[in-house]
Amino acid sequence: MEWNFLAVLNDIDLLFLGLVNTLKVTGLALFFGVPLGLVLALSRLSTFKPLSAVAGFIVEFFRTTPPLVQLFWFFFALPILIDVSMTPLIAAVVTFSIQSSAFFAEIFRSGIQSIDKGQWEGAKAIGMTYSQSLSRIILPQAVKRMIPAFMERSIELLKTTTLVSTVAYADLMFQANELAQKTFRPLEVYTIVAVIYLVLIFLCSQFSIWVEHRLAKSGEGTVR
Amino acid sequence: MTEIVRIENLHKSFDNLEVLKGIDLTVNSGETVVLLGSSGSGKSTMLRCVNFMEIPTSGKIYLNGDLVGNERSGKMTYRESELCALRSRIGMVFQHFNLFPHMTVIENVMEGQVIVLGRSKSEAREKAMAQLERVGLAEKAEEYPARLSGGQKQRVAIARALAMDPEVMLFDEVTSALDPELVGEVLKSMRQLAEEGMTMLCVTHELGFAYHVANRVLFLNDGAILEEGEPQKILKTPKTDRMREFLEGHSLFKLPD
Repeated sequence: MEWNFLAVLNDIDLLFLGLVNTLKVTGLALFFGVPLGLVLALSRLSTFKPLSAVAGFIVEFFRTTPPLVQLFWFFFALPILIDVSMTPLIAAVVTFSIQSSAFFAEIFRSGIQSIDKGQWEGAKAIGMTYSQSLSRIILPQAVKRMIPAFMERSIELLKTTTLVSTVAYADLMFQANELAQKTFRPLEVYTIVAVIYLVLIFLCSQFSIWVEHRLAKSGEGTVR
Repeated sequence: MTEIVRIENLHKSFDNLEVLKGIDLTVNSGETVVLLGSSGSGKSTMLRCVNFMEIPTSGKIYLNGDLVGNERSGKMTYRESELCALRSRIGMVFQHFNLFPHMTVIENVMEGQVIVLGRSKSEAREKAMAQLERVGLAEKAEEYPARLSGGQKQRVAIARALAMDPEVMLFDEVTSALDPELVGEVLKSMRQLAEEGMTMLCVTHELGFAYHVANRVLFLNDGAILEEGEPQKILKTPKTDRMREFLEGHSLFKLPD
């Protein structure tokens, strides 16, 4: 048993490309997933029953089905149903945007519901509209409470994106497989990949702790 | 005397529970009207109907002579935008203050002015400081609400409502959540307002405040006005047994004179 990182390090740019693609899918899924999650949460909280029922169904559907099934469905099944040309990237972004939006919706919903009703009343009484109350009074308070759950979910998303290698999207995991086959050095390759994920996620959680402390300084926060 | 608020045959039901059973009331400019009644009598609901925090089941409400909403085949309909505009003209103070904890005191008082009335930040700041001075809290302007006492929070809430230049102020049991020793400072601010000519409608259990400050006292019972009159008369010599019982319950353990 001998460790030899040299062969792997020679082709490290392959892994680097994979890392960029992993971050791209994660970033895009967050970019679309967070606003979509807010829309789903607000729909689910709506007093208009059909809207809240539809949102509830979408959220529960994407929370209860395996992400790999969803990915395969969007990549292999959807193009049969409607005339779209699916690339691995599009399928990955669509799947993980919707899938994570379902989880973000629940985070938004519990965050919004955790805010005292009196805050809505205080805002309403000075003449604020629903959207003004939401954006100026409710969300700024709710978001602070949501940050731990939000970061945990984002980290979960980053890890789940390894699934995209199964539809031949060149993410970090896919590149690692390629490199392992090319160099016959799976031990070194997968060790490096594990360390990359570890460092990435460690940095994310450090960032989240930093943000929480920053927010705690200004008025009410989750950490005091 | 000009009329500020007129309520005509106000009814309000929650599901099958009828809380208000036909209320008529006119509040004139500069008047302080106090609503008394035991819990469940509908006094808070009535107050909350005036600025449409609750939508009346039927009946009409006029502000400054203008009917709120549109009448269509005998039923009132309201647009949300109209109600928002209406609420910005009516100040409301709550039992639990409902200050915005993520904003400083001055930001709390500026918020509605800037976001709802569209005033510039500098104008709003100036107005906010003036109102904070009025309730004696100018030196707390940059604090967060969490650092204030209950009485101070409630006075900030009063300043926040006043900063909108309301045509009438609604007070919903504003001293009920306060430590007894903090009640006085809030009542003092309210009395000062009344003396400066603010039109006020107050739900309270403070009989002393009703006696000394109110121009008129209403006693609500089971969703209707049971008695109405000048505080010196109605609080000393109530006509109904129900109101006599209520007043006795409130002064069971009075200190001897």
